[in-house]
Amino acid sequence: MKFIVCVKLTPDTEELAEVRTDDVGAGDLGVTMVLNPWDEFAVEEALALQERVGGETVAVTLGPADEAEALKRAVAMGIEEAVLVSDPTFEGSDAWGAAEILAQSIRSLGDYGLILTGRQSVDGNSGLVPPGLAVRLGVPFVSQVARVVEITEDSITVMRALDAGVQTVRVPLPAVISVSKEINEPRYPNFIGIRKAARQQYPVSSAADLPGLDGKLVGATNARLTWTQLRKPAARTGRCEMISGATPAEQAANLVERLIADKVI
Amino acid sequence: MSILVFVDHSAGSARPVSWEIVGKARALAEAGSGPVVALIAGYGLNDLALEAIHRGADRVLVADAPELDGFRAHAWASILKAAIAEADPHIILVPATAGIRDAAALAACELNIGLAADCQELSLDAGGALVAERPVFSGNIIATIEFRGPRQMATIRPRSFPLPEPDASRSGEIVPLAVNLTGLAATEEVLAFEPAQAGELAVENAAIIVAGGRGVKGPEGFAPLRELAQVLGAAVGASRAAVDAGWIPYPAQVGQTGKTVRPDLYIACGISGAIQHLAGMSNARVVVAINKDPGAPIFGLASYGIAGDLFAVVPALTAVLRARLGN
Repeated sequence: MKFIVCVKLTPDTEELAEVRTDDVGAGDLGVTMVLNPWDEFAVEEALALQERVGGETVAVTLGPADEAEALKRAVAMGIEEAVLVSDPTFEGSDAWGAAEILAQSIRSLGDYGLILTGRQSVDGNSGLVPPGLAVRLGVPFVSQVARVVEITEDSITVMRALDAGVQTVRVPLPAVISVSKEINEPRYPNFIGIRKAARQQYPVSSAADLPGLDGKLVGATNARLTWTQLRKPAARTGRCEMISGATPAEQAANLVERLIADKVI
Repeated sequence: MSILVFVDHSAGSARPVSWEIVGKARALAEAGSGPVVALIAGYGLNDLALEAIHRGADRVLVADAPELDGFRAHAWASILKAAIAEADPHIILVPATAGIRDAAALAACELNIGLAADCQELSLDAGGALVAERPVFSGNIIATIEFRGPRQMATIRPRSFPLPEPDASRSGEIVPLAVNLTGLAATEEVLAFEPAQAGELAVENAAIIVAGGRGVKGPEGFAPLRELAQVLGAAVGASRAAVDAGWIPYPAQVGQTGKTVRPDLYIACGISGAIQHLAGMSNARVVVAINKDPGAPIFGLASYGIAGDLFAVVPALTAVLRARLGN
């Protein structure tokens, strides 16, 4: 079975707070870029499933040439093949455009069994590309997968986290799943993996390689939504009032008076 | 022209976020966006349709079928598509809760409708089109979203808008929605469902959260926090450090790689306040920090602080509240 993981290059979470609004969209955020942390769980699960049932693993990413860094990390972790999908006409695509481009590139790779993604990216945060990908491929989608219970040639049974509890669902393959952080503990790349990733070729697939691409969905002019304004969230105003009291009981009583006055309890 | 709101519910009750959205839709409708149409999908729905009217809907589309017992993303997406065809809304609003948000995404992509996820603020532009605000970069930036196309869709986070009081004098129309679900059950077979532990309140829906971090020192350290939470009717949250250490399960995690919350009151116990944690809770109305280290960054964000040992302060707080609130 072929396992395909869709990955993205995103800011290091340690530096997310340093991203300046002026730099968003400028091509360089001025922060360290790494494999989207949510995607590490998808990469790990693809490798774990390959160890369980055999097959091949492929990582796909969409974006400018620098995005190959995300592929490198996936390959260093153990993914065998990696494809960069890149074309200037893809820039500014919305989630549905990105989903169409990824769907067409996945189709161009031949038969596939399971597509895995992270829950969302730490930059865009919407989590819309995974369901979009399922729609563009015409296959089932299951999100927030916390455990793969069983995988056969033609179906996958998973546990999906919902607010009210955990549901066990079976869908036919091929399918798209997005995984949650409970699913596994991503491995660290070892020295051999890092060396392999450095030597690996990262073939680039462009618009010309995707003859089935629906051009009406792709690029900035076809995006159904745009970020028209960015701002930093309002900083909390006022300073912290330290609650005094000779004993914890006195402090507690003083705090409760304030919380009642604030009408929060 | 209408506004369609997809109602999320569980065990016979609507999630409060559903009515929060209906209330906001009502306000947008008064500003000239046409009637508010609520959509409810499920099995044995009983009084939910009437409640939707009392909360502010003018019309309710009800898809009630055994195939809709239990969440199925693709079946719910079909229902949403049928409702869009029926109500012809220009604005479609859906709770950003697990499950139903996937149905929204599947339907929006199939119909090529722009979808803004996890919105916290909504308004209308001069032409009556939806304008949404949503956090990006894990809460570190707020983006204003404008749409292209005749319809606009958004998923809305819990507690973004006030909960409207039910008004039993409101009247409206309840209409069954005809849908064809043939074949969908095979696409997504639900084999089992294990409900979350009774009495466990989810952090994203809670008005008050009592959260613990590294300072609680172990799984048993959460016991005094749970007692405080019980007295307050609060949910128990945690920082990543506590979750990664295995002291409390992941659904309790607040922060960049966990839940984003906006309660009225957030009581941070033994949480130093790493920037990743702050990104998930800085929208709380009032923050109380209890920490041994008076230099902890959490105090920079807190409304009230107690520099002290949480194992002394938290039980004292529980005792005072028990006496004061009478429970």
